[in-house]
Amino acid sequence: TRSSSSLTENITAVFTKRKLDEDTLQELEDILIQADLGVETAMNVTDKLASQRMGKDVSDEEVREFMAAEIETVLTPVAAELELDLDHTPHVILVVGVNGSGKTTTIGKLSQKLYDAGFSTLLVAGDTFRAAAIEQLKIWGERTQSPVVSRPLGSDAAGLAFDAYDQAREEGRDVMLMDTAGRLQNKKELMDELEKIIRVLRKQDPTAPHTVLLTLDATTGQNAVNQVDIFKDVAGVNGLVMTKLDGTARGGILVAISAKHQLPVYFLGVGESVDDLEPFEARDFARSIAGLS
Amino acid sequence: MFESLSDRLSGIFDGLTRRGALSDKDVGTALREVRRALIEADVALEVVRQFTEAVREKAVGAEVVKSVTPGQMVVKIVHDELVAMLGEEAEPVSLNAPSPVCIMMVGLQGSGKTTTTGKLSLRLREKQNKKVLMASLDVRRPAAQEQLRQLGEQTGVETLPIVEGQSPVQIANRAMQAAKLGGFDVVMLDTAGRTHIDEPLMAEMAEIRDAADPHEILLVADSLTGQDAVNLAESFNKRVGVTGIVLTRIDGDGRGGAALSMRAVTGKPIKLMGTGEKMDALEDFHPKRIADRILGMGDIVSLVEKASETI
Ligand SMILES: Nc1nc2c(ncn2[C@@H]2O[C@H](COP(=O)(O)OP(=O)(O)OP(=O)(O)O)[C@@H](O)[C@H]2O)c(=O)[nH]1
Ligand SMILES: Nc1nc2c(ncn2[C@@H]2O[C@H](COP(=O)(O)OP(=O)(O)OP(=O)(O)O)[C@@H](O)[C@H]2O)c(=O)[nH]1
Ligand SMILES: [Mg+2]
Ligand SMILES: [Mg+2]
Repeated sequence: TRSSSSLTENITAVFTKRKLDEDTLQELEDILIQADLGVETAMNVTDKLASQRMGKDVSDEEVREFMAAEIETVLTPVAAELELDLDHTPHVILVVGVNGSGKTTTIGKLSQKLYDAGFSTLLVAGDTFRAAAIEQLKIWGERTQSPVVSRPLGSDAAGLAFDAYDQAREEGRDVMLMDTAGRLQNKKELMDELEKIIRVLRKQDPTAPHTVLLTLDATTGQNAVNQVDIFKDVAGVNGLVMTKLDGTARGGILVAISAKHQLPVYFLGVGESVDDLEPFEARDFARSIAGLS
Repeated sequence: MFESLSDRLSGIFDGLTRRGALSDKDVGTALREVRRALIEADVALEVVRQFTEAVREKAVGAEVVKSVTPGQMVVKIVHDELVAMLGEEAEPVSLNAPSPVCIMMVGLQGSGKTTTTGKLSLRLREKQNKKVLMASLDVRRPAAQEQLRQLGEQTGVETLPIVEGQSPVQIANRAMQAAKLGGFDVVMLDTAGRTHIDEPLMAEMAEIRDAADPHEILLVADSLTGQDAVNLAESFNKRVGVTGIVLTRIDGDGRGGAALSMRAVTGKPIKLMGTGEKMDALEDFHPKRIADRILGMGDIVSLVEKASETI
């Protein structure tokens, strides 16, 4: 990708062919830190490199391949395809995350993917708080041929979830995609509200919500780890989507998150258009962090 | 997850006897921990380097007073330097220009521009008794203009009527025109979110600036931003010359290192902080509060205060 080019230059500047020493390792660690891996994860990668190659002659290419391979090892187990459990219909997908992380847009993009794959969907405007959140989702519904259920701004999102489920079942929809208001994970009452939405959905179907997706903004730094910790704990997040990878941020925090939680990463958001949602490929992601395209 | 800087430093200095002045070696050891603490707080690496050098200069040879440990002494120096770099004094949004004064909001997608437009407009009206007109130039994101219109309704601040099919520059011109005719004091221009490497959109942003000639161009950025903060701040600043920064989502539990990064690479003051989703959740920037956060809150604050009392 175009955004990894500066990283490539960085590494090329560090290396032509020279002995792997402390200074070089520090420079490599710095490159990983600049991709938001965090100190500890970056050090894990460079420590491995040191234990195998310290004092040996290494080329630029070799080192990058090594770093990419190390990162790929962490990411491979989390690369997964989103599977729908159609024994339980509607399959309920709840999308959660902090403010502005890309929940509503990701639902729009997913809705299109599901439509293309021949599934019938119902979008649920569960953000009953933010101005025009409902209108925003309705436009995504129009774009992707999906009906949208909503209630006026200020309504109870859990009540909406309950009724929307009824509607989805009556209409025989395969998938119900529910948007939620953005919330910071440290806000107790907002997290309680999320818990309530889930509780109410379970009254309809004890196995719901089947998929709880957390959207993570790639420009976010170390706080993304807290986001996963808490949303997983409170809302039972069982899948991740990383958005905004079309900018210059590398999203390296995903390496730390994957090492810690092993949550599947289903998609990457790479733009604002309906088809800017790509499957997560561990190898590509790792190589881009290491400055290899 | 994070060990506070004072924990780390006290560990290091425990073995050392107190002496009159901080040695080169003491400071060097301490700065390695400072570096790590700053990176964990999301301060961009290049800024961390710059910062630790500044601290080194101040710290080596500094006298350690009797009542504090060398570790506390270093924390105090780091804290003071952080506050100095963040900008000691709160710099308010300036309206010091002929009416209507134009304020333009720019930033990445989802950073909080529209919400901040609503908050700032409300504040200018309530606190400074200004007649404000808000206009959304976001013709891209679904329902973006409707969002600002609703915020106007909530706050009772006027919004420019939505006309379908106009370009952002056309809307900007129409807003300036309407403000002159309507006797408005301030025009707030909310723009679409854009990635700083999206060339057509960056060019569009510069065109809007040229058309509206804003007195303030505020870069609205998420306080949870990681290492990318330097890239985005530098790019927006180069392209349109921002006059100030607004840090949003301070109500989160992020460490806020992006504040230092953006301030350092642009030299532009952080003017406001967003502290919630509601329309009154906007505050003046408090450098001390952010410095405490970057260092790891809690005991650091009291530690530094204690050190300050005795120094
Ligand atoms: N460049 C880029 N922008 C994105 C991507 N995903 C979403 N966005 C943009 O980010 C902004 C916020 O996206 P939303 O989908 O509204 O985010 P949200 O999480 O629903 O926000 P709230 O409901 O306000 O919490 C919008 O301008 C989107 O167009 C992406 O992958 N790349
Ligand atoms: N908790 C919290 N949320 C905020 C703050 N500022 C904005 N938000 C929320 O962040 C989300 C995005 O805010 P917007 O104002 O729509 O962001 P934007 O920059 O206009 O987004 P685009 O126009 O899509 O680029 C919304 O859910 C806001 O309510 C803040 O200071 N704290
Ligand atoms: Mg939304
Ligand atoms: Mg907006």
